[in-house]
Amino acid sequence: MTTSATTEPSGPARKTPGRTGLSPRQRRRISLGVQSTVLAAGLLLVVLLVDWPLVRETFLDFGATREMYPDLFTIALKNTVIYTLSAYAVGFSLGLVVALMRLSSLAVYRWLALVFVEIFRGLPALLTLMIVGYGLPIALGGPVPGGTVGAVAVGLGLVAAAYMAETFRAGIQAVPKGQLEAARSLGMSHTRAMFSIVIPQALRIVIPPLTNELVLLFKDSSLVSALGIAAAGVELTKMGSDFAINTADSTPFVVAGACYLIITVPLGILVRRLEARQAKAR
Amino acid sequence: MTHMVEIRDLHKSFGALEVLRGIDFTVDQGQVICIIGPSGSGKSTLLRCVNLLETPTRGQVFVEGEELTHPDVDIDAARRRVGMVFQQFNLFPHLKVLENVTIAQRRVLKRGKAEAEKVARDNLAKVGLADKAGSYPAQLSGGQQQRVAIARALAMNPDLMLFDEPTSALDPELVGDVLAVMRQLAEEGMTMLVVTHEMGFAREVADRVVFMDGGVIVEEGPPEQVIGDPQEDRTRTFLRRVLDPTSS
Repeated sequence: MTTSATTEPSGPARKTPGRTGLSPRQRRRISLGVQSTVLAAGLLLVVLLVDWPLVRETFLDFGATREMYPDLFTIALKNTVIYTLSAYAVGFSLGLVVALMRLSSLAVYRWLALVFVEIFRGLPALLTLMIVGYGLPIALGGPVPGGTVGAVAVGLGLVAAAYMAETFRAGIQAVPKGQLEAARSLGMSHTRAMFSIVIPQALRIVIPPLTNELVLLFKDSSLVSALGIAAAGVELTKMGSDFAINTADSTPFVVAGACYLIITVPLGILVRRLEARQAKAR
Repeated sequence: MTHMVEIRDLHKSFGALEVLRGIDFTVDQGQVICIIGPSGSGKSTLLRCVNLLETPTRGQVFVEGEELTHPDVDIDAARRRVGMVFQQFNLFPHLKVLENVTIAQRRVLKRGKAEAEKVARDNLAKVGLADKAGSYPAQLSGGQQQRVAIARALAMNPDLMLFDEPTSALDPELVGDVLAVMRQLAEEGMTMLVVTHEMGFAREVADRVVFMDGGVIVEEGPPEQVIGDPQEDRTRTFLRRVLDPTSS
């Protein structure tokens, strides 16, 4: 506002005149007042309109979940963890390979890696899982090696690999060029320099997004419930929905959900800590 | 006698930009050559062509008689004999100081752990940082980091050392320690090629000073001649600006 100095009446108060003639501080106070009123009205409406006894019976009827223990932990939670970790292992190693292919000086490798990433980032994870779970055994003329765990590791691992490949690539590119030059000037080959110097630093950079990927994969393991698996292979979502149907009550869903949160909330806190530590180190 | 370094008709372009336009010069065993000149004159590019961190567009580079620009040369093997120190130090931040100095010995020269650590500690002591072996680079000052970088290069027993503006990123009070290490190295007979703005160092330590401008060598000779009594106008203008920045 270059003209304000001439058009404004010169007074002692440094008031910024808006259309309403209110100072920024007054406007802020009014805005806060409106926001709190809306919040209070909304809460009041929920409290008055919801049938609380019915809600409690539907979601918090823990009598209906008595039969879930101890299988909930010894089978379902355990299987969820196994599916997650095996898919993560596949995603991590395959993702790293694809990232290196993306950065290769051979155009064919770059092209192949790009196609891989676009396909498995673009397909719904459920569809990929079904192609591997139902289609692959037929194509192989027998079960996927490793059974259900093997199919899940490959199906979800392919999807995770596509995302992790992009994360690894970003991490590798974030390592300053001088690091590779210093390593090469000491006589290391390009491959040696990548594995001894660049990739260890890139991994440190991508620890927070990779931990986040673990959280996402943990939740995506629920897709296994759509595969039609044997009782011994049941994971949290499948078990929750089975019990919910048998007892005609939704509390088993809530209990299964709590099991996810037991793992994902601490992991989420860990990610934020790691990110904060990295922000400080820069 | 073969020269330690011989450069013939070296050209280097980045796209349309011609950075080096025909460089010829030689360095003999035990010589210290300082390359000076305004920024953008191609000094660093020339240095980086000596160990092929930059691939020359045209021309030849020989180190100890071996043509590094030959397509069949094992460049990794050749680089082992040529140490390099960078303006930005480029220490490996994820490794401790001792590991910074041992990693290439272990992985490239295949030295055993004990031997590599002994060589590392000897070289750290030489640059005055024996007590910093267990630190991480980020815990050191710029001057200390640069001295570790020198120790890291020396641990490979190079026949030639390249210095690319080794003190340009340092706070003024830290420059002296690094120059002292370099001076000691020169006295021990190390062949050194130094791109620098430190005229005092060039005058005292260099056997020959090379002044570059616009991608060519404008003038070269003993320091007392090039710095003390420059023959070319461009050299005189540059030195006036460097030695007395307030005059222009």
